[in-house]
Amino acid sequence: MEYKQGDCPTKIISLHDLPVGKLATVSSIQAAGLTRRRMLDLGLVPGTRVKALRISPAGDPKAYRIRGAVIAFRKEEAQQILINYKGE
Amino acid sequence: MGLTNQSSGSGAIKERFGWGQNTRADYVIALAGNPNTGKSTVFNALTGLNQHTGNWPGKTVLLAEGHYIHQCLTYKLIDLPGTYSLMANSVEEQVARDYLCFGRPDATVVVLDATCLERNLNLALQVMEITTRLIVCVNLVDEAQRKKIQIDYDALAAKLGVPVVPTAARSGVGLEQLIKAVSGIVTGSIETKPYVVRYKKEIENAICRLEPKIKQLVGEALNARWLALRLLDRDQTVIDAVENWLAREDRLTTGIKEVVLA
Repeated sequence: MEYKQGDCPTKIISLHDLPVGKLATVSSIQAAGLTRRRMLDLGLVPGTRVKALRISPAGDPKAYRIRGAVIAFRKEEAQQILINYKGE
Repeated sequence: MGLTNQSSGSGAIKERFGWGQNTRADYVIALAGNPNTGKSTVFNALTGLNQHTGNWPGKTVLLAEGHYIHQCLTYKLIDLPGTYSLMANSVEEQVARDYLCFGRPDATVVVLDATCLERNLNLALQVMEITTRLIVCVNLVDEAQRKKIQIDYDALAAKLGVPVVPTAARSGVGLEQLIKAVSGIVTGSIETKPYVVRYKKEIENAICRLEPKIKQLVGEALNARWLALRLLDRDQTVIDAVENWLAREDRLTTGIKEVVLA
């Protein structure tokens, strides 16, 4: 956990754990191979802002706003994306 | 080993894909873009629905081919499958990439979705790494306007170093300018200076070492910097495609030699 100029603490969590309606920035992509390539192609690089939009009735997948597009990730994919979450 | 009519443009399509016997074209234009950016709408608007679809052998991907006439010249349009990237994650991407790299169209139009420009620009940059003869067509501007998205096209064109044409293909807006830009590119009256993505120092050093060797092998026919990057990626699909291409070129040049000897 790190602190930035009196801001609220930034936590590194997985994208899957981002509450609906909250914003965060990508910290790193843990996926490898084709999945990683695909995520990078969708614009998920360190620093990209993501927002959790909604959860499907079954709780998985979840929809996120990434660079102006709505993209759904399954839990296993979202868990491979680590984000900096300030709790805003 | 120069570019021959057979090895580039419509010749390459004919050889690889067995089309084009019935329509003669002066220029071949490829349409690339993300899925659902209205590529096919642009295609239909330009060709006036004068299209028939061609099936790539052994592949399930449907491609459309059509033509339009501008100032007495026939332009053949190839509608490539919609892709987010050219890194060949899927058959569609491989088809699009192989066509842009080995089919060597006279110009490529990259269709971008104005409502989602940021993500779409990824593909534009990737295409710019392969070819300098491209036009960026920002489509769905009507949709973007409705969503109150404002785009500075001049700034975008200046930054990218290629012509940027806003269009709303559904209602025919901007198509005239697009046709003009395409003709400017193929005739050389518009010069492009595509933005080059620079990588980390280690990668750039490796490219510097690979590039001259690749140039020796393929000459000017293929983009050496792009091939160097794919080699560094260890992209086996590209290596296979280049080997195929080299084998074909060899056949072609030995064919020419035989003709000369005879």
